[in-house]
Amino acid sequence: MSPPFPFRSPVRSRVAEIVLWLVLAAGFWLWPAYLALWSQILIAGLFALSYDLVLGYAGIVSLGHAAYFGVGAYAAGVLSRHGWGEPFSGLLLAAFCAGVTGFLTSFLVVRGRDLTRLMVTTGIGLLLYELANRLPDITGGNDGLIGMEMSPVLGVFRFDMYGRTAYGYSLAVTFVLFLLMRRLVHSPFGLSLRGIRDNPGRMLALGYPVHRRLIAAYTLAAVYAGVAGALLAQTTQFVGTDVLSFNRSAEVMVMLIVGGTGMLYGGLVGAAVFMLAHHYLSDLNAVYWQFWLGAFLIAIVMFGRDGVLGASLRLSRAFSRRPTGSS
Amino acid sequence: MLTSFLGVLFDGLAYGMLLFLISVGLSVTLGLMNFINLAHGAFGMLGGYVCVLALQSWGLPYFVMLPAVFVISALAGLVCERVLYRHLYRRSHLDQVLATIGLTFMSIAAATYFFGPLQQPLQVPKFLSGQVSVLGVDLNIYRGFLLAVGVALTIVLTLALEKTRFGASVRASVDKPRVAEGLGIRVGLVFQITFAVGCGLAGLGGALGVQVLGLDPVFPLKFIVYFLLVVAVGGTSSLKGPLYAALLLGVIDVAGKYYVPQIGAFIIYAMMIVLLVIRPHGLVSRQ
Amino acid sequence: MSVVLRTAGLGKHFGGIRAVNAVSLDFIQGERHAIIGPNGAGKTTLINLLTGVLRPSEGEVFLGGERITRLRPDQRVRRGLARTYQINSLFPELTVLQSVLLPICERHGVSTKAWRRLDGCILEIEAAREILKTLNLDPVEGKLVRELAYGQQRLVEIALALACKPRVLLLDEPAAGVPRGESEALFRAIAGLPDGVTVLFIEHDMDLVFRFAQRITVLVAGSILVEGTPQEIARDPNVKQVYLGNTQ
Repeated sequence: MSPPFPFRSPVRSRVAEIVLWLVLAAGFWLWPAYLALWSQILIAGLFALSYDLVLGYAGIVSLGHAAYFGVGAYAAGVLSRHGWGEPFSGLLLAAFCAGVTGFLTSFLVVRGRDLTRLMVTTGIGLLLYELANRLPDITGGNDGLIGMEMSPVLGVFRFDMYGRTAYGYSLAVTFVLFLLMRRLVHSPFGLSLRGIRDNPGRMLALGYPVHRRLIAAYTLAAVYAGVAGALLAQTTQFVGTDVLSFNRSAEVMVMLIVGGTGMLYGGLVGAAVFMLAHHYLSDLNAVYWQFWLGAFLIAIVMFGRDGVLGASLRLSRAFSRRPTGSS
Repeated sequence: MLTSFLGVLFDGLAYGMLLFLISVGLSVTLGLMNFINLAHGAFGMLGGYVCVLALQSWGLPYFVMLPAVFVISALAGLVCERVLYRHLYRRSHLDQVLATIGLTFMSIAAATYFFGPLQQPLQVPKFLSGQVSVLGVDLNIYRGFLLAVGVALTIVLTLALEKTRFGASVRASVDKPRVAEGLGIRVGLVFQITFAVGCGLAGLGGALGVQVLGLDPVFPLKFIVYFLLVVAVGGTSSLKGPLYAALLLGVIDVAGKYYVPQIGAFIIYAMMIVLLVIRPHGLVSRQ
Repeated sequence: MSVVLRTAGLGKHFGGIRAVNAVSLDFIQGERHAIIGPNGAGKTTLINLLTGVLRPSEGEVFLGGERITRLRPDQRVRRGLARTYQINSLFPELTVLQSVLLPICERHGVSTKAWRRLDGCILEIEAAREILKTLNLDPVEGKLVRELAYGQQRLVEIALALACKPRVLLLDEPAAGVPRGESEALFRAIAGLPDGVTVLFIEHDMDLVFRFAQRITVLVAGSILVEGTPQEIARDPNVKQVYLGNTQ
């Protein structure tokens, strides 16, 4: 009998996962007029996945994760603006810059209690936001970074007006990164992260250098966030200072919570729910959107903390009663 | 040079005093119930808007408005505590952050709906406006008023904490809630009252600060970092800690904007990070 | 008969309170040593000092001759010092097998592998199952820890510490909170602890103490009152006074 996975029945979940990616791949035919929206959903989902590593697996309450998203976006943007428009190099540079930023700031974040971490992460985000505003030569300042020229993906697929290349590109990158993260979550390292999240003191008493592991997890999360940011920059060919804003950090937190933490796909589900709702409700008063979003958040906290994905999993388990402890 | 420095110092202290008034409730909330209340700025905003309404629509005199703001904000706090907050004391900090962010969003939406998205153009009351020259330095009368009110309230708070029975209950509850409960102190009730007072003070601070801090629907998000900073750096085990932190923050912010405006808020955030890393339990802490 | 754990003048003050006062103890390899004393005597503080959770105000701690006073808790674990907690400190959302895998993976250097599949770590899973077997926990290896009865959770506490393959095992009130009906399993577990491991336990349960301890140290108000074999302790008038003085 092998040890159980985060999902109680891995065979069923694996099927669901494959179906999910097949549906997304079929997007070219299922929602051809909405490819741009769905690219954004994938990118937001990747960003939310990176945040899940921080919040759902490492247990760090951060309101400054957009810092790494923004660093990645600007890295890709600046590279392209200065003449090198090959997309994958932009991703690599973004991953590197965001990773370094994440690594350096991780030392500030892994220590301390919840409030301290909240403040420090918020502070880091705000600091980088201010920096971006005050270095207009590099970032374009308040007006944003324009003039990005993207070369065709793999030399063949041009970024077109209908967003087809953007969608395929975002989908491919997101898929690969999800696979890698999936591997991590099911590895001994992934298990140790869950241990650290549940009881860091006990992990120390079991010989784990907790701070070092948190630094590693946080840095990886920053890398993922940076790649998501780069995707945004490359697919929209624009970078505004809002990529670093507190609002974006709060938004990714909302998306992840809506979908559910610690379940790998919660971020993607939450991003889809959030952005689709926003897309269809944005015609209504923006004030109403914000009001009901706030009410929804409170409702989630009071009534259903594991989000949409968690609730679905619970429902599906209830519908097919199996003996407990099966794997 | 010196006169402008003194002027900046004076303004900074007044600004810090405002921050202290608004933040002291947040400090108590965190210290007493270990509750992270990101919606605290919303009570300050409420006070600001009530002030505007009171002065412009209801025609209340200035010194009637101030206690009215206090009472209304305190009542709002009491309602929120009963309806929402008390269900969250035992929840994780993440849950508290989420719920209070939700409350913040709702308050911002409501403010935008009722008052519009722009800054409230409220003037300093005539009898408090202008400058006065003290020892060759031009001091803003309204800032002086803020300082005076702040000092007076701080004294009142300190006396209440140290000389009254209720104050003793508060101090005992912050120190060791279970022991206090065992001694017969109704910690839940103590908290309700202190929370209400904290919200009342926040509202008062918001009302006093309309001209200094500005007032628009995004107020809670704009300033929550400052309030949290005061509490995180000042600690939650005393009044002195947040007071010093708030005054320090006020002076640094004003001085920064005056002497090095390009760097501005940058210094604040950097300093906060440094301070929190060096002393994760705050500047003035019992640890 | 080598001394495997030694403290020299170990002390801890909190403000004016001396929780632990100049305690010097020697623990011989393989011995079963109980530390008893009234509530508030400083026993848990002593364990926290030994494991590195608290920094001492004075004195030193030596493990196998090496000075470990300045080391972090996880560094001490790697040198062979493991503990259990008086109140269960477990991983409620993990299964029993996953929980015990944690210290084993760390010990085998596998816990940093992000590419390897957890269910492919055959060596580690076997080692975990062995430990669970000795504690009769193998039937519940797939259950979430929070679904277990308290007595079984207490056994998981011990399993976690054993999985660290310690030289010295510190048990903080292992019988605490275990209902009478489940204590036999616990007694068997303690009796079955490997001979080479030095076992220190804090206990109030005199049954357990006199059944297993080879030597007993009595701690009162942070200082050592007396030390000796169980027979000597049972006869000692000072000990009787300390315990009779506190009505049950």
